[in-house]
Amino acid sequence: MASAADTSTRHGHVGDRAFAVIVTLLGGSVLFIVGIIVLVCARLSMPAFAKLGFFHFLAGSDWNPVEDSFGALPFLYGTLVTSAIAIVLAMPVAIGLALFLTEMSPAKVRRFVSFFVEILAAIPSVVYGLWGLLVLVPILRDVVEPALGRWLGWVPLFSGAPLGIGFLPAGIVLAIMILPTIASVTIEVLRTMPSALREGALALGATRWEAIRAVVLPYASRGIMGAVILGLARALGETMAVTMLIGNQPEIHGSLFAAGYSLPSVIANEFAEASGAVHTGALAGLALVLFGVTLMLSAAARLLVRLSARRLVTA
Amino acid sequence: MNQMAMSVAHSYAIPRRVGSHRARQIVNGTMTALCALAVVIALVPLASLLWLVVSKGVHSLSLAFFTHLPMPVGEVGGGVGNGIVGTLFMVGLASCIGLPLGVGAGIFLAERGNGKLGSVVRFTAEVLAGVPSIVIGVVAYGLIVLPMHHFSALAGAVALAILMIPTLARATEEMVRLVPRSLREASLALGVPAWRTSLSVILRTALGGVINAALLSIARAAGETAPLLFTALNNQYWNVHPLQPTASLTVQIFNYAISPYEDWHNKAWGAALCLLLVIGLLSLVAKLSTRRRVNA
Repeated sequence: MASAADTSTRHGHVGDRAFAVIVTLLGGSVLFIVGIIVLVCARLSMPAFAKLGFFHFLAGSDWNPVEDSFGALPFLYGTLVTSAIAIVLAMPVAIGLALFLTEMSPAKVRRFVSFFVEILAAIPSVVYGLWGLLVLVPILRDVVEPALGRWLGWVPLFSGAPLGIGFLPAGIVLAIMILPTIASVTIEVLRTMPSALREGALALGATRWEAIRAVVLPYASRGIMGAVILGLARALGETMAVTMLIGNQPEIHGSLFAAGYSLPSVIANEFAEASGAVHTGALAGLALVLFGVTLMLSAAARLLVRLSARRLVTA
Repeated sequence: MNQMAMSVAHSYAIPRRVGSHRARQIVNGTMTALCALAVVIALVPLASLLWLVVSKGVHSLSLAFFTHLPMPVGEVGGGVGNGIVGTLFMVGLASCIGLPLGVGAGIFLAERGNGKLGSVVRFTAEVLAGVPSIVIGVVAYGLIVLPMHHFSALAGAVALAILMIPTLARATEEMVRLVPRSLREASLALGVPAWRTSLSVILRTALGGVINAALLSIARAAGETAPLLFTALNNQYWNVHPLQPTASLTVQIFNYAISPYEDWHNKAWGAALCLLLVIGLLSLVAKLSTRRRVNA
C-alpha cells in the first residue's frame, strides 16, 4: 500500500519532505527514550558495579550504606513475594470478571461494570496506598492476621507477629491494582475469538460453562497468559502503594506477616538522600535491573497476545 | 464453518460420557455464580476506597485547604495550596514537552509507520508503556538534577513527559488510523499536498480522539508520585519557578499518609479527594470532547 506521501516526495514537494523528516524524528523520539534510559541508568550505576561486581551485587543480602556494601537479594525477594501474592489473588478474580463481562452478562450490566473497572485503573497508586495504610492494615492487624495465626499458625507462611504492614497488605493492594490490567487484556483476547467455535459447542448441547471450559479457555489460553504476564510486569514496578505498606525492612523472612522491602520501594525511599556515588550507583543499578526485567516481561506478554490473535488466521 | 467448529470442539474433548442434565446445570450455575462473585470481589475495595475518600476527605475541604500553605505539626489549619499549584504547573510543563512528542510519534506511526522503523517504534512504545515510573524518575535525575546540582520542577516535568509519550503515541496512532482512506484520497485528488492532507484533513478529523487520548495521559501524569520524589523533591512554600524544587499534590499525600499524626491523615484524605476530583474532571472533559466531535 504505497501511501500518497511517497508519490509526492518523488515529485520533490518541499513540504512533503519536511513533513516526512519532522514526523520521522518525532517517531524516533520513542527509540531515543529507550536509549537514554539505558545510558543514564548504566552511567549512574557504574561506580556501584565497579566496586561490588554485578553478581555479588545481585546475590548479596546485606544493604549497608555506611560501609558501602550493597546486596540486592532482600529487595528481589520482597518484590517477588508481593508480586506472587498479587498474581495468585488477582488472576482468578480477573479471569472470572472477564468471563462474566464477555460471556455471561447482559449489555447493561456490562457497561456498568466496565465503567467501574476503568475507574479502578485510573486511581493513582498513592491513593491506593493511603487506603491500604489507613483501612486495610488495621483490618489485617486486628482481625485477619490474628485469626490466620490462630488457625493456621503452624504453617510457616502465617507465622510471626501480626504487624498489619508487611508482605500481605502490599500483596493484596497490588492485586487490586493489577486486576484491571489483567481483566482488560483478557477481555480483549476473548472478544477477538471467533464466535463460531463457541456457538458450535453450544449447538452440540454444551452448557455455557462447558463451552467456556472446553472451547473458549483453551483457545484464549495464550492470550490470557500474556495478560497475566503483563499484570506481573505492572506488579513488579509498582512503587507507591508498596512503599507505604511493605514495612521497609531489608530482610528476608518466610512469613507473609513479616515486613520486607521491594526494589522500587528502596529506590523511592533512599534515592533523594543517597550518600555518595556508590550508594546512588547501587540504587541506579536496582533501577536498571527493574527496567530490564519489566522490559522482557512486557515484550513476552505482547508477543503472547499477538500469537493468540494470530491463531485466528491459521485456525 | 459448522463442520470446522464441530471438529475443533471434538478435538477439545467435550466429554463424550455426558453426566446427568441436572448435574451439568448445577455446575453451570455454580460457575456463573463464582464469576459473578469475582465481579463483586473486584468492586468491593473500589467502593470502600471511593466511599472513604469522599466521606473522610470532605471534612478537610475548605477554601483555606485549597489556598493555604501546609502548617507545622500540631498547628491548626493549613492546606495543600502549594501542592495543587505545583501539580498543575509540573503537569502543564510536562504536557508542553510530552504532547507534541507523543502526538507526533503517533502521527509517524499512522502515516509512515508501515515499514521496519515503524514496527520497531511501535513495539518499543508498547513495551515502554510498562516501564516502572520510578525508573523514569532515576533517568530524569541523571539527566537534569545531577548536571544542575539542583532538584527542580523541570526535572519532574521531564520525567512526567517521558511517561506520557509511549501511551500517547499508540493511542494517537489508533485514532488516526480510524479515519477512512476515502477522505485522504479525496483531499489528494483535489490537489492538496500530502503533508497538508495529513495535518488539515486527517488529523483534524481524528482530533476528538487525539484530544481524548491527550487528556487521559495528562490525567495519568497528574496522579504520578514516584518520579517526583527525587526530581522535584518537595517544597513547603509556593513555587512556580521551573528550576526550583516544587510541591505536588501526590507527594503531599504520601508524606501526610506515612506520618503518625491523626490531623495529617485527615489532610491526606482531603488531598486524595482533591486529586481524584482533578483526575475525574480531566477524564470527564476527555469523554465529552469525543462525544462533541462525533456529533459535529
